[in-house]
Amino acid sequence: MRYSRRGIVALGLAAALFALPACSSSANDDDGGSSGSDTEVEVFSWWAGPGEKEGLDAMIADFAKKNSGIKFNNAAVAGGAGTNAKTVLATRLQAKNPPDSYQVHAGLELASDIEAGYVEDITYLYDQQGWKEKFPKGLIDAITVDGKLYSVPVNIHRSNLLWFNPATLQKAGITAAPKTWDEFLTQAATLKSKNITALSIGPGWTQEHLLENVLLGELGTDKYTGLWNGSTDWKSAEVTAALTKYTKILGFTDLKSAAADWQPALDKVVDGTAAYNVMGDWADGYLKGAKALKFKTGYDVVATPGSEGVYNFLSDSFTLPVGAPHKGAAEKWLVECGSIEGQDAFNPQKGSVPARTDADKSKYTDYLAAALTEWQSPSTKIVGSLAHGVVANNAFKGEIDTALQIFVQDNNVAKFADAVAKAYAANK
Amino acid sequence: MRRTSSKARRRLRAWGPGLLLVSPSLILLGIFVYGFLGWNVRVSFTSWRGQTPVYDWVGTRNYSELFDNERFQIDVRNLAVFTFVFIGGSLLLGFLMAMLLEKGVRFEAFFRSVFLFPMAISFIATAIIWRWLLNNGSGESTAGLNKLFENIGLGFLFSDWHKTPSSWAIAAIALPAGWALSGYVMALFLAGLRAVPEELKEAARVDGAPERKVFWHVVRPMLLPVLMSAVVILAHISMKTFDLFYAIDQGNLRIDTPALYMWFTTFQPGFFARGATIATLLLFGIAAVIVPYIWWSVRTERRK
Amino acid sequence: MRAVLKTGRYLALFLLVCFFLMPVYALLVTALKDPASVSVVRMWELPSTFSLENFRIVWPDLQEGFVNSALLAVPASLISAMLGAANGFVLSKWRFPGADFAFPLILFGMFIPYQAILIPMYRTMQSANLVGGLDGLIIVHVIYGLPITTLIFRSYFTGLSDEVIEAAKVDGAGMLRTFFYVALPIAPPAFAVALIWQFTSAWNDFLFGVLLTSREFWPITVALNNIAGGQTVPFNQAMASALLASLPTLLVYVLLGRFFMRGLMAGALKG
Repeated sequence: MRYSRRGIVALGLAAALFALPACSSSANDDDGGSSGSDTEVEVFSWWAGPGEKEGLDAMIADFAKKNSGIKFNNAAVAGGAGTNAKTVLATRLQAKNPPDSYQVHAGLELASDIEAGYVEDITYLYDQQGWKEKFPKGLIDAITVDGKLYSVPVNIHRSNLLWFNPATLQKAGITAAPKTWDEFLTQAATLKSKNITALSIGPGWTQEHLLENVLLGELGTDKYTGLWNGSTDWKSAEVTAALTKYTKILGFTDLKSAAADWQPALDKVVDGTAAYNVMGDWADGYLKGAKALKFKTGYDVVATPGSEGVYNFLSDSFTLPVGAPHKGAAEKWLVECGSIEGQDAFNPQKGSVPARTDADKSKYTDYLAAALTEWQSPSTKIVGSLAHGVVANNAFKGEIDTALQIFVQDNNVAKFADAVAKAYAANK
Repeated sequence: MRRTSSKARRRLRAWGPGLLLVSPSLILLGIFVYGFLGWNVRVSFTSWRGQTPVYDWVGTRNYSELFDNERFQIDVRNLAVFTFVFIGGSLLLGFLMAMLLEKGVRFEAFFRSVFLFPMAISFIATAIIWRWLLNNGSGESTAGLNKLFENIGLGFLFSDWHKTPSSWAIAAIALPAGWALSGYVMALFLAGLRAVPEELKEAARVDGAPERKVFWHVVRPMLLPVLMSAVVILAHISMKTFDLFYAIDQGNLRIDTPALYMWFTTFQPGFFARGATIATLLLFGIAAVIVPYIWWSVRTERRK
Repeated sequence: MRAVLKTGRYLALFLLVCFFLMPVYALLVTALKDPASVSVVRMWELPSTFSLENFRIVWPDLQEGFVNSALLAVPASLISAMLGAANGFVLSKWRFPGADFAFPLILFGMFIPYQAILIPMYRTMQSANLVGGLDGLIIVHVIYGLPITTLIFRSYFTGLSDEVIEAAKVDGAGMLRTFFYVALPIAPPAFAVALIWQFTSAWNDFLFGVLLTSREFWPITVALNNIAGGQTVPFNQAMASALLASLPTLLVYVLLGRFFMRGLMAGALKG
């Protein structure tokens, strides 16, 4: 080895040091542009994976058409129903280095950001665009905080849906999907004797998703809403009864070998191993698309037992952070989010209904058409989802998550109710 | 006077440059490690909840609340189970592999590379494939390792893995973790075994000792430092492991650990004080294992 | 008897190889299947038709991250190894009063959980104007790599005989000359260990990468996470990406592998 080792090392170091300036040059273009040129907009979301990003891509394309001078910086980070994105976001917001806009579930999920002064009051945008007339009143009410509006909802998903395979019900001799949870329990006993799992379940959040719809079905809309704003007592007899029923229902699920994710849980319904599954309407996109099934024949859906005529909603929305580097561009993005074209580009791809009431109905077929009609009907009662950030702020929901994980293992109703009540009081 | 000052200057010139060379590292680590840890400790004594930093003082309330916190208790138990199975398994497997290779086999380089390569793969990629391997579908939807067992006639080994309703569920994750790190343990043991001077072993053999006594009395004591080194590294990896649990099945209480709880409770509901408390406790746990070891190893070195 | 033991040994080794390669088999087979026939239930079956379609689909998404990760991992590991060598040398052979204290202080940095220091680290980097590009990320990896590289080199140099150092001193060499002309020339195995470790660590990091860089500088782990960590995971793409993303580190292992063993045997990671 005659070549000089020192030479090699020196060369390596030189190469390394050379790379450094090259890396930093572009970086310094981004920072410091506070009132900067509105030539780009950095938007944060967790819609990065296939099955989620098509909707966003469609809306971005429409945005690009209308705003050709603005470069769209799609900073989507997937993972953990947003935990990765939220971590990056929280860190940046605290360091006062926000993106131009970020995705958040409409409702109380935004509460802590509002409290910390991270998001701008965009009621002026609503007034400008006349959105207060274009979004349903129930929705506006749910996302108004202290009379002000802080986010623009793009879509509406429905949580309280019971999915099933008509063929499986037929084979088991069941004529119709259950209208109450008691009816479900009766059917479940029959199904069990035929070796069919009555209800398939997935990971933790799906169990919370089931819980909220059991509570909704058993307690009705007013008491359900009261659970989250302190007016319903968690330790009252009816809530206790509802929670006990929940444990009974769990007994008829495949909790012991719970599916790894919500799709495999639905797969069990598709192949007949399980009869029912409670899931939001993103299941429609999966069953129609990935599973290539036909609505009504290959799969069907009704409102979860006890919630006929109720829309348990969740909504994805975008915000305007305080100190956004490109505020003008960000506002244009929000306008796009709230526009008919934007929502009609986004929602058919995402498998949700638009928040706006004046959307183009022809773009929504099969299940989505039925959902849209129900969403826009004035007789539909609207309540917010727990599992998806509408009715509980992050702290409260976080504590419920933990308490629920313990609850499904030990079935201790009193302890769970107590934990939730305490969590509410501590995190109001 | 002049004599002592020149002596002092000479001494300074002796070790001064060394100190100077190392000082940037010390300063940087002082900030990036100890400074930030200090921040964690500070926050663990506050009531910071939500997105607005709060730097008040609430005494040890966070700590006592945490010890009463049922999820934390479960996490600690999970961590204990995992650490035990993971370290035990990796040590056994690594040692076995080292013993198999020690005397020299054909294609040793090939075997070594195969056993070592999992270290090169990121935990995210490892988790992607092991999620499938540890799939717990049954009947028609049997998959992963369970399916493999079925195919080769070992169907009775079927397991729900980390979804098993038992406090040992987390032991299932020791499988991918062990897969990733046994190779490293093997390399350590192999190096250690080969470092034992042949003369010592020969001397024992000449004295009439059978091979296993040679191993027990000559080789084993010399492996002690290697064993300790391996245990310490594995232990601290076990406590820090996050990516693997996160990517395989986050939200599953049975494989929840303090590291995961810290992450989730800080960034989702915003319980920064609680997160910092867990972080501080985690740190003390790691320190309790590491510091005595470092102390011991530096002292034995000095004595040599 | 000998023969039985020998066959037993090879059998055991064969079974172990199966255990270690089984996940790779599944990964490879899934990545090579055409998208429609990918399912967790059929993961052990060979592809009915070999198709590179999955790789073709994911490569555009991974391309940018690939380059970024390379621009990150190469400088980071080289600088980190150099600094570790310097530290290791000083702490073992050119000691100063308190060196035995300094070493544990440095070493302890290896054991902190990264999630715990995210917030203060980000704030510090931001005030130093190092957020957004790769330079800040490289610096962070170098800093947090100091403990392990220092450990590697210190353990390695401890094996260096004191007489050689003394001889150099007698010849009038100062610290730097001794370092460059005496210590470094014999250090390649330790460099191999340090480079492998640091390259792997920098290449496989997700957390710091996603936090400290803006989108155009995202390392490959972020792209991998976006494919494999979302709501609906297309497993064929996830496996293909996992394979592609692991190639460089595997390459580094293959190239430097035998030095790695040599380094370990010379005591690079002991104690």
